[in-house]
Amino acid sequence: MESSSLKQDQRSQASDLESMVVRFAGDSGDGIQLTGSQFAVSTALSGSDLATFPDFPAEIRAPAGTTFGVSAFQINFGSGVVKTAGDEPDVLVALNPAALKVNLPILREGGLVIVDTGTFVDRNLKKAKYESNPLKDGSLDAYRKIEIDISRLTLEAVKDSGLGKKDALRCKNLWSLGLMLWLFGRKRKPIFDWLEQKFAKVESIRDANIAALNAGHAYGETTELSANFTGFRIGPSELAPGTYRTVTGSQALAWGLVAGSHLSGLPLVYGSYPITPASPILHLLSQMKQFGVVTFQAEDEIAAVCSAIGASYAGSLGVTSSSGPGIALKAEAIGLALSVELPLVVVSSQRGGPSTGLPTKTEQSDLYQALYGRNGDAPVPVIAPRSPGDCFFMAIEAVRIALKYMTPVILLTDGYLANAAEPWLLPDIDTLDPIPVTQRTTPPEQGRAFNPFERDPVTLARTWAVPGTPGLEHRIGGLEKSYDTGHISYDHENHQKMTDVRQAKVAGIADDIPEQTTEGGEQSGALAVVGWGSTYGPIYHAVIRARAEGLAVSHIHLRHLNPLPRNLGNLFDGFDRILVPEMNTGQLVTVLRDRLLIDTIPLNKVSGQPFKISEILDAIRDELLAKAAE
Amino acid sequence: MNNVQTVSKPTPKDFATDQEVRWCPGCGDYAILKCMQRILPEIDARPENTVFVSGIGCASRFPYYMETYGFHTIHGRAPAIATGVKLANPELDVWVVTGDGDGLSIGGNHLLHALRRNVDLNILLFNNEIYGLTKGQYSPTSRIGTKTASTPYGSVDRPIDACQFALGCGSTFIARTVDTDQKHMPTVFKRAHAHKGASFVEIFQNCIVYNDAVFADFTDKAVAAEAQLHAIHGEPLLYGKEKNKGLRIKPGTVQLEAVIIGKDGVTLDDIIVHDETDKTLASLLVNLERPDFPMVLGVIYANPESTFEAEIHKQIESVKAESGKADLNAFIRQGRIWEVT
Repeated sequence: MESSSLKQDQRSQASDLESMVVRFAGDSGDGIQLTGSQFAVSTALSGSDLATFPDFPAEIRAPAGTTFGVSAFQINFGSGVVKTAGDEPDVLVALNPAALKVNLPILREGGLVIVDTGTFVDRNLKKAKYESNPLKDGSLDAYRKIEIDISRLTLEAVKDSGLGKKDALRCKNLWSLGLMLWLFGRKRKPIFDWLEQKFAKVESIRDANIAALNAGHAYGETTELSANFTGFRIGPSELAPGTYRTVTGSQALAWGLVAGSHLSGLPLVYGSYPITPASPILHLLSQMKQFGVVTFQAEDEIAAVCSAIGASYAGSLGVTSSSGPGIALKAEAIGLALSVELPLVVVSSQRGGPSTGLPTKTEQSDLYQALYGRNGDAPVPVIAPRSPGDCFFMAIEAVRIALKYMTPVILLTDGYLANAAEPWLLPDIDTLDPIPVTQRTTPPEQGRAFNPFERDPVTLARTWAVPGTPGLEHRIGGLEKSYDTGHISYDHENHQKMTDVRQAKVAGIADDIPEQTTEGGEQSGALAVVGWGSTYGPIYHAVIRARAEGLAVSHIHLRHLNPLPRNLGNLFDGFDRILVPEMNTGQLVTVLRDRLLIDTIPLNKVSGQPFKISEILDAIRDELLAKAAE
Repeated sequence: MNNVQTVSKPTPKDFATDQEVRWCPGCGDYAILKCMQRILPEIDARPENTVFVSGIGCASRFPYYMETYGFHTIHGRAPAIATGVKLANPELDVWVVTGDGDGLSIGGNHLLHALRRNVDLNILLFNNEIYGLTKGQYSPTSRIGTKTASTPYGSVDRPIDACQFALGCGSTFIARTVDTDQKHMPTVFKRAHAHKGASFVEIFQNCIVYNDAVFADFTDKAVAAEAQLHAIHGEPLLYGKEKNKGLRIKPGTVQLEAVIIGKDGVTLDDIIVHDETDKTLASLLVNLERPDFPMVLGVIYANPESTFEAEIHKQIESVKAESGKADLNAFIRQGRIWEVT
């Protein structure tokens, strides 16, 4: 009994981290309480525990648009036991400026705010006592914001209902509800049933409400809005001293690429084609032109990567980005970049697959694609950030490896990291290590031909000579090149040698990356939990809790996946067993077996949802308590 | 690159590499290569500032034979890679070499968008109406009924006309020439090079092995004068040995008509004067079909507009000018930040 109650208590702690607090706010005439309670019904039917908190003005009809007329409804839901309606909302739906004004102060840093832009007109701003438009003056910088003209879209959705404008606008609560049902994967059926019953006698209103609900839901689906943004909350006591801001993985990645450009002194040329969940990086970089960033929205994924290769060929830092389906299209060109040995950074924001799969859901199932997804023997360095803030540093690392080794580098992030926000200790760019770049400018000695595939004896990187440089004119291409001259070569021994040197170059990067350490726990023990990428948060917390229970478990998190850190095998030798949680069917497990000849225990999840702390904690307990007892 | 040095003017030989040219003997590509090596010194091209980018196919071997910078890329993607080159360094003189399969089949999308965006590229499409490198399958420009390895009973799909395609894509420069015409081809290359923006040149190129003489009906010396019309801006659209044939608007229609001066009351005044900036005329000219009409060669359309890369960099410069010195440390500290002590 005692141990079970302990377990219960721990689970509830875990749920504190994994629950979600949503707050609907609008004018008291906007039907906020109805919206909130119907969202609660659908949430309850989905199996989540929840607690709600209706918060509405005392006046039945306070003057519309004023701050004291704001009505709100808060709901806290999660997979574990939810005891309160939550402190700080993670999501705020604000249907007018007054609702934003009243409720924004309690939204957590990095939370999501959804606003009806249709109501942000001068008259309403004045009523809410806003001096300037908060959507435009930077007031929302600390949050993720989604701006939608919900008023207009609602009118559009219900225009066939025959309702007058005023009545039609009253359907916007249902539109917002539809959007939130999409965002959190809730079913619409309970709401339909309720509307059928409530408006059985007023068909026009019933139909208009259903139309608005469906339109909001469809909007979320077609614009591929994602709810993967919660991040794991870390108590202030765990944060190191310094200056912080909230940052999403997409922001940190974009800024990291610009930092890489700054540190290397090479202009950034970013070729990309829109795809969920990678597009925010394109949006963010297109707002950074003052740093000389060239963003190119190409005609397709292939042109996106090819433009980046062309830019690198001409001496810039070429970067492209996509998600699994787009990376598949880029595969041939990535092979070209590695064959001609040009620097290229490829950002892959993984999502649910195969094919179009689940665009808004997160997954780690493109590890094989990154490692192996090309024709021929085509090794590419692969790295993976572990948290939103880490995207900044891993973007710089990708740039460093690409330039130092003259190679494409794949950076594997995912839909969860892209959207998740966390407090981030701001780095000082001036203290980061510069990235040295050598572009050759001296012509060869008289009578000697220039060999563009002359190599650095240590890194094996080839010489980079950029068009525009006199005396170094040369030709490169995807055909095999002579090791000695760089000209086309069909010689079989040469192909063997070039294949070997391409392998050795990438393998040698292992000497140039940090040795693997544990994140938490001893360097040896009964169990190591080994992860990569966005599973960092849940593994980190699960291991801390397991250790608090006295379990001998450590956390190892890989940021370099190809090549693996040199000491990884030795580190693993210190553990009796190795558990590998992954949001795929076991891809790192097979890679570790292949590279290190070790068997690990897979823990796999491909539901489109990140791991819960409790799921990993249970697996740890299962290994160390249940199986040990057998 | 500001490498100031006194250098002698390059000669055609300076633009030739030491690599053995590996096209089939008698291939039209040789003549195109010679022509290119000849004109580059004449237009004061610098080897270090000249880049040839190609895709895959016989034509795409071209860069290996030019003593300039060169990039033999992957099938169909040369326009996309060349776009990246120009975005990174708009000062470079970039030539794209492609073929009918590379440019109009596997790479049709990239060609479309390079033309639409008006990237400052000189795009040479070697059209031989066949896949040569893969040993003789029909191509998207092959005429219906073309018998090849993959169409033993004759091809059934409708061909595309390269210049119609380019015009539809919004190309700002369209020209045609013939591989063997060493008088005409250099003038077209020079005009293409001088044009700021995407210059599209279709070269009728004979594949001696898989599609020999496919253009003979208008390229053979014996018939060329009667079958080719060399369009020259500001001059009437005349052709024929005696220059007594021409094109006029067929009365009462918006179609062209091939007429003979002095016959049926036709005078020189009836003949259309070529205006290369007139897109409607260009569209009529590229639509003329053999053998009822002559094959129109030369600069069919040229109407310069601002280039893509110039606009991109102009925008960057204007943002830079507006925002002052960019400071990444300050940038990432915008908005709400807080101290943890």
